[in-house]
Amino acid sequence: MKARVTVTLKTGVLDPQGKAIEGALASLGLAGVTSVRQGKVFDIELASTDQAEARANLTAACEKLLANTVIENYHIGLEA
Amino acid sequence: MRASVITFPGSNREGDVARALRLAGAHVSPVWHEDKTLPERTDLVVLPGGFSYGDYLRTGAIAARADIMDAVRAHAERGARVLAICNGFQIACEAGLLPGVLARNAHLRFVCRRQHLRVERTDTAFTSAYASGSAIDVCIAHGEGNYICDAATLERLEGDGLVAFRYCDAEGHVTPEANPNGSLNGIAGIYSAQLNVLGMMPHPENLIEHLAGGIDGKGLFESLMGAE
Repeated sequence: MKARVTVTLKTGVLDPQGKAIEGALASLGLAGVTSVRQGKVFDIELASTDQAEARANLTAACEKLLANTVIENYHIGLEA
Repeated sequence: MRASVITFPGSNREGDVARALRLAGAHVSPVWHEDKTLPERTDLVVLPGGFSYGDYLRTGAIAARADIMDAVRAHAERGARVLAICNGFQIACEAGLLPGVLARNAHLRFVCRRQHLRVERTDTAFTSAYASGSAIDVCIAHGEGNYICDAATLERLEGDGLVAFRYCDAEGHVTPEANPNGSLNGIAGIYSAQLNVLGMMPHPENLIEHLAGGIDGKGLFESLMGAE
């Protein structure tokens, strides 16, 4: 089974990299971009075929390593 | 005093901090991150600076999960001392030894320069050799030193006197201009609740000899030697 985990900064946490990208887009003349927040994507392959088991394993992976839950949120997406 | 200096893949300041400890009179043992236990009778664990695991994922994140860190956590939980410098501070936060996170510097630039710090209290094992309220001149070298934590944690750190050092100017004034990375309240270093773990972004081990431009870092190692 394949999974995609996305890790994003919590609302309110300063994201200087996102701000710099936002500024670069503006300097390219791309109109209408009002905010950019940078995050991380992890494409993960799992031996398990059981959705619940996969989700439990990925939740543990996020809590233990992939995200720092002081400043980051995570989202687990499972491909059928 | 018996100090154990942990080396992770990508650590690069373990030699300097070991030298500073030896010059102060400590017995220093090098410890590899894959070790499961600390040398017997370790008084002080040092998590040195560097770029462990190339700063992959988040600074300090992978080193914080190394085999040796369970022993380091147990050491800290017993009330024994841990000194975590720069990347070591990032590792200590990721490992849960200290609260909060060292985020990317607010201005996005790596800073490598001299920096004054205000010593917030001089009644701890790490700072007793410094004069109260003094501004010491040390070095900083980091890209992720912007200390952030939630409001409740910040209130606890401030209320319980757990801020160890703040970035300041040469006169000891903590100002926005003296803050090199955007850290909350100018925080450069913090203590654990029991004052036995110190995490700090600046490098006291850089300035222990006049030849290198100053000796204001020595006080920290002398304090540790004098502590029971």
